[in-house]
Amino acid sequence: MKQHRSKVYLLLALVAAGILSKFETSISPYYFQIIIYIGINVILASSLNLINGFAGQFSLGHAGFMALGAYTSAVITSSLHLTPGSAASYPMFAAALIAGGLVASIFGLLVGIPSLRLKGDYLAITTLGLGEIIRVIIQSLDFLGAARGFTGIAKLADFFWVYAVVAVVIFTIANLVRSTYGKGFLAVRDDEIAAEAVGVDATRYKIVAFITGAFFAGIAGGLYAHFVTYINPSQFGFLRSFEIIVMVVVGGMGNIAGVILAAAVLTILPEALRAVAQYRMVLYAFLLIVIMISRPQGLFGAKLDWGRLWRWIGRRPSPPAEGKA
Amino acid sequence: MRRLTFWLILGTAIALIGLWAGCGGGGNSNEILIGEYSAMTGTTATFGQSTHRGLMMAVDECNAAGGVLGKKIRLLTEDTQSKPEEAATAVTKLITRDGVKAVIGEVSSSRSLAAAPICQANGIPMVSNASTNPEVTKKGDYIFRVCYIDPFQGEVMARFAYNTLGIRKAAILKDIKNDYSIGLAQYFEETFVKLGGQVVATQAYSEGDIDFKAQLTALKSAEPEAVIVPGYYTEAALIVKQARELNMTIPFIGGDGWDSAKLVEIGGQAMNNTFFSTAYTADDPDSIVQNFVTKYTSRYNEKPDAFAALGYDAGLILFDAVRRAGSTDGPALRDALKTTRDVRGVTGSITIDADRNARKPIVIIAVVDGKMTYKETIQP
Amino acid sequence: MSELLQQIINGVSMGSIYALIALGYTMVYGILRFINFAHGDVFMIGAFVGFFVAPLMVPLVGGSGLAAAVIIMLVSMAACALLGVTIEKLAYRPLRSRPKLTVLITAIGVSLFLEYGGQLVFGPDPKPFPALIPSTMIVNSSFLVLSSNSLVVIGTALGLMLLLRYIVFHTRMGTAMRAVSFDHRAASLMGINIDSVISFTFALGSALAAAAAILYGSIYPSINPLMGLFPGLKAFVAAVLGGIGNLYVAVIGGLIIGLLETLVTGYISPIYRDAISFAVLILILLFRPSGILGRHEAEKV
Repeated sequence: MKQHRSKVYLLLALVAAGILSKFETSISPYYFQIIIYIGINVILASSLNLINGFAGQFSLGHAGFMALGAYTSAVITSSLHLTPGSAASYPMFAAALIAGGLVASIFGLLVGIPSLRLKGDYLAITTLGLGEIIRVIIQSLDFLGAARGFTGIAKLADFFWVYAVVAVVIFTIANLVRSTYGKGFLAVRDDEIAAEAVGVDATRYKIVAFITGAFFAGIAGGLYAHFVTYINPSQFGFLRSFEIIVMVVVGGMGNIAGVILAAAVLTILPEALRAVAQYRMVLYAFLLIVIMISRPQGLFGAKLDWGRLWRWIGRRPSPPAEGKA
Repeated sequence: MRRLTFWLILGTAIALIGLWAGCGGGGNSNEILIGEYSAMTGTTATFGQSTHRGLMMAVDECNAAGGVLGKKIRLLTEDTQSKPEEAATAVTKLITRDGVKAVIGEVSSSRSLAAAPICQANGIPMVSNASTNPEVTKKGDYIFRVCYIDPFQGEVMARFAYNTLGIRKAAILKDIKNDYSIGLAQYFEETFVKLGGQVVATQAYSEGDIDFKAQLTALKSAEPEAVIVPGYYTEAALIVKQARELNMTIPFIGGDGWDSAKLVEIGGQAMNNTFFSTAYTADDPDSIVQNFVTKYTSRYNEKPDAFAALGYDAGLILFDAVRRAGSTDGPALRDALKTTRDVRGVTGSITIDADRNARKPIVIIAVVDGKMTYKETIQP
Repeated sequence: MSELLQQIINGVSMGSIYALIALGYTMVYGILRFINFAHGDVFMIGAFVGFFVAPLMVPLVGGSGLAAAVIIMLVSMAACALLGVTIEKLAYRPLRSRPKLTVLITAIGVSLFLEYGGQLVFGPDPKPFPALIPSTMIVNSSFLVLSSNSLVVIGTALGLMLLLRYIVFHTRMGTAMRAVSFDHRAASLMGINIDSVISFTFALGSALAAAAAILYGSIYPSINPLMGLFPGLKAFVAAVLGGIGNLYVAVIGGLIIGLLETLVTGYISPIYRDAISFAVLILILLFRPSGILGRHEAEKV
């Protein structure tokens, strides 16, 4: 029943994305650009949320997956000489995005394997290292433009593509973790040994989380490449991974709605701070520290859903539920 | 909880101020809005802030002299955080929300490459101050630049090394993360080999490195007669200093990325017997240059580097084109920019060629006794 | 052969700097089990304190020379110790009982704050660091060059490490630190003031970072607000490589990373330098998940 209803939601979201994309020329291109970045960041943060928030694996290499997807899909669409708007461009672009996602998920598998042996901080530095290795390898490959970057990518990503993927990501992750199967993620996160003891295959859950998370990060990379039309290895450094993880933590680990909201807020924040020019990044860092100290369980806690969020906005808030230590 | 509410209110207030402050755009009829996107923060902020200061000088001088077409220039500056996607956002904002008539920027070719298609699509002329990658101006007929392109400078460096210094065996130490450095190294090698020289070893480093002894030790064993370091002064000073510590007394040769007073401040006497090509020299007796150097030094309390000079000239070229076009209309401004001929700027007499690149003389600076001294000028 | 020897000397001097910074990471990790990502930026502040204090030394002790170098280093160490304690009090202490990831994100926030704040206050351009330690050539032949700089760095690093060893193993505070690192709760039951031990640890680690920064600035005399990013990351890798939380092996890790990077740069390709140090790290962690010499901690159920 629940499954069924969420499929209807997905369909509605896809239709809405299609209809709204017809109006994309009627809003200011600047706001449009921010809306697209929000969508891409929602995909990145939600996919990382699956790895970090639900499966509890500390990954700092998300930018590497994004780079793989971006470069793979850019190579494919460039060699096919797709032109935006042509009939062939739609299925081909979809295929290129999926190919990018698949390449990323193969590497997700590679990253997932260390996670079977390593925990916490050690896993964090390993994933950060793998992300950097991916970046360095791309930087040394001349056919990808090396440090000069990859230019002349067709502008194929538009509102429909980005928000259709957003809908699919949210649908997939929400269904995955709410299913009986998906409860295993939370079990692995909360107590791996206990989970194993009751017959949950922790290895499998970790690997599934990494593969799925990496797949969507790769697709987000493909969308990004086909929106900005220029990619360069330095755009996928570990600072990018940090930005994504900040979205997850600010939104509340394992809180689907919270992470979406945080991705949006943290994309808008630097734009809103433009007026203060040179001070804005200092302010951004300061606000980040303040948010972490005042709301360590994330802005929206671990369990807050949309309904509670509305109530929270609507009335005098009750004391927050104590987060897990 | 009350604390959270407080911070949320503060955050929202900042957001609102940010949104509405920016909305004042459009300008009134007595102003010409010019947009600048520049790396004010992030890894290349030192270059971005220099070009910004140079441009500010050009704007203020222009306005003090009564502006152009009877209107004052108003400069809107957006930060790119040294990131290409931020450059794209900044330029979109400048064009579509603020309604600027022309755009100036960026130092880095990667950011210019991200922004150029947006300017082209909107029919807004863009003048890059220091992006040297040939690809940048190939993005369309609205894209111009006031600096050299890598092939020209690489060729001049090779000719200088081969003809003037008599070098036959050269080694290259390039910045692998930097498209400017890779381009310059490539074009240097092409010309140098064509002239009959030989590149005996190539090594690389990454922007932000501080220890180059491993690369230098490897280069040293190949026994070159000179080392070409086509990077930025931030690393070049340390490279030469460490090379001297390793007993490498041979000449080191660089490009305009070396041009900053910081080069000899950091490198000191170790910088002797180094040469670099650049667009201008503060020693140039020309009154335009001296006027610029004096004013800049008194305003910012430091000597202008090549980036400041290029920032200034980008403004100069643009204002000159507005004056000649007689309007700020995109196509008219583009056509005026295309016909820029012999405009005397700080970096020499600038002519825009058919590929919308600047043609201007190149200056060779030699470091002698810890001081940068003018050596020769090479005409295009 | 002479090239290899030269590369090894280069690698060891680079490695001892990584080792000094790695010590700060390892100490904090040993006590709090948390990676202080802002450590590299405390290091940066240390260099800038040195830069601003150095000119004041001219009327006092005549600019350069040993006295000036020592005073500058002490001032910088004191300033950074204070900074480290302040950061811990304001940003990390309120989150002590929270998940490690929360503290880590806060540390990233502190790191960005110091970096961008530094660009704002000091300006983004590189500043020439004064030559505090006169560099003279000890061995200076056509096939091998050894300057006093490398020896000063290695010597000072060694001296600081011995001092640290004394503090940790032979003072009351050091004993308290070790007790806290074994078990917070048991230590507090034995009457140890956990807060002051943690403050002391941050002060000590940050002071070491400042000392490293002064040495670093003397050898690589170009400092800028983002200078802490890469040495910080490398030192962190060094700390993990050795087995984070252990003082001796942090030093070994630093030397390994320094040597590895130098040899890869010199003999394979500098393009792969960063990748290879990470690749080796990953391989070592896969086979020895607690680092080369790290003790394996049994998982608590």
